[in-house]
Amino acid sequence: MNMIFDAAGQGMPLPGKIASEGARTVRAGFIPLVDSAVLVAATEFGFAHREGITLDLVKDVSWANVRDRLAFRQFDVAHMLSPMPVASMLGLGSNPSATIAPYSLGRGGNAITLSTRLNARMQAEGGLAEPENALECARALERVIRRMKERGEPLPTLAVTYPFSSHNYEFRYWLAAGGIDPDSDVRLVVVPPPLTSDALAAGAIDGFCVGAPWNMVATERGVGCIVATKRDIWPSAPEKVLGMRPQWAETNPETVSRLIVALDAAARWCDQPENHPALAEALADPRYVAAPVDILRRVLAGQFTIDPQGRQRVIKDYFVFHAGHANCPRPSHALWIYSQMIRWGQSAFSSKGAEAAASACRPDLYRRALGGDEIGLTVEAGFIDGHAFDPAKIEDYVASFPVKGRRVTAPQEV
Amino acid sequence: MMHRDLTILVIDENVIRSSIIEEGLREAGHSKVTVIHEVHGVARIIETLQPDVIVIDIENPNRDMMEHLFQLTRTLSRPIAMFVDRADSAAIEAAMEAGVSAYIVDGLKKERVKPILDVAVSRFNAFSRLRRELADAKSALEERKIVERAKGILMRMRGLSEEEAFALLRQTAMNEKKKLAEIAQSVVTAAGLLMR
Repeated sequence: MNMIFDAAGQGMPLPGKIASEGARTVRAGFIPLVDSAVLVAATEFGFAHREGITLDLVKDVSWANVRDRLAFRQFDVAHMLSPMPVASMLGLGSNPSATIAPYSLGRGGNAITLSTRLNARMQAEGGLAEPENALECARALERVIRRMKERGEPLPTLAVTYPFSSHNYEFRYWLAAGGIDPDSDVRLVVVPPPLTSDALAAGAIDGFCVGAPWNMVATERGVGCIVATKRDIWPSAPEKVLGMRPQWAETNPETVSRLIVALDAAARWCDQPENHPALAEALADPRYVAAPVDILRRVLAGQFTIDPQGRQRVIKDYFVFHAGHANCPRPSHALWIYSQMIRWGQSAFSSKGAEAAASACRPDLYRRALGGDEIGLTVEAGFIDGHAFDPAKIEDYVASFPVKGRRVTAPQEV
Repeated sequence: MMHRDLTILVIDENVIRSSIIEEGLREAGHSKVTVIHEVHGVARIIETLQPDVIVIDIENPNRDMMEHLFQLTRTLSRPIAMFVDRADSAAIEAAMEAGVSAYIVDGLKKERVKPILDVAVSRFNAFSRLRRELADAKSALEERKIVERAKGILMRMRGLSEEEAFALLRQTAMNEKKKLAEIAQSVVTAAGLLMR
């Protein structure tokens, strides 16, 4: 690959020697999704090399593998779902091992796709007039589900990718915003992202929430319609992060900083539309996402084919890799994730739990590498249902939702 | 001290590998071994079988589905945790390296699970070796075929005997410090280009 340097990267500090920590090869696990772009760009377009780092990207097949391989030192760092480090710090899941996120890999990319059959019913029976309005779609689905119940039809089966995923929380958030109880009105299952459009085509599932490019792949095949995107649900929602073991970060502080500098230059580059053709080309490679290059190009541009009739929708900032401090890990986002874990019965609130959840985000390591001011806990707004999240009042926030899961009574180990 | 025989579930899409593992576990004295090749319907199987140990290959993308399942079973007060003793990280790393992942019922003694994991790891490694050997044998066969074709071309085009043709190939390979098969491949390629 050619080395491509953008003008904005000119002011970066020159790479020096990393004598104290030796020559650095960093093994990074990733899942083939468009939001691995920052890692791929850092590897393919010279940003890591410029910081004296050789990024060894290792493709994996499941988030459980990524988590375990990071925990057991087969990976130094990993492309992770933002709730994964939070879950690990709360001791949730099968193999919780302390994981921190000093860098976010961007925002956006997720969407909810429903089968064309279900979508047709939402229009015919659910009175859906505005298929581009995500909240209207959720309400129409609620009306269809109500009719399904009246007639004793089987309830829809909907897929997410992992129990501790933005997809799980975003799908649930969207359903609940429409008045649907994700635990009793539908059946939520897990399907690996590359299998989602096949599962939809085969009728094994009626919808899914996954990252790019799999939604677009399903609409292009004519098996699904996109009814909501991550931006519709919460525009500033964090998506993937760079995860690492706290101990690795402590023993390799210089490498961590250089890696963050390299990723930040790559993220800025990924945001420039003029670089998208080259980025799409790189991502299409069988070693990375292995999806058709024209779909990747349109995904990066936010040009969506939302249904088999070819209806187009352009979503501004569908992917944000860098702009608007997208890469700074925010403890208030970790606490929002914690609030959703509580809302859906994966955890119970405690002040110790809130501390543990927030500790998954390490803006201090981000600032050590890149500078910038400290950002305290902020009130988050812009949610599809009009709620605002105050990280200081998690319990009140959870209580304020009309639709929520069972409460966990026994406190979780932290 | 006698123990109740442990119930083991092996989930592996690879039929040959899973039978190798099953055989290993039976040899080690485990009689309650169930093998399934696809995860479809696994929830019901786990419910009826109530396995103490689940062995799954890590190349299976459906591991995330299993995680979801265990999140659900958690609430049924049958917590399943991965790896009994995190302190024994060398053993766990060996398992990851071999491509084995295991889920174990909480509270099960490490001494009882370790031998099962060891059998799974050694059988996974044995299978990988087998696959490597097979691939090597295949490529050796391919190489021999290519050398035969190159010999034939040289015999026809330069009127050499079979021995002479082979000697020429070998000498050229030595002179150019390349493998015999590489030289043979370039003869075949060049002939294809020139004779059309």
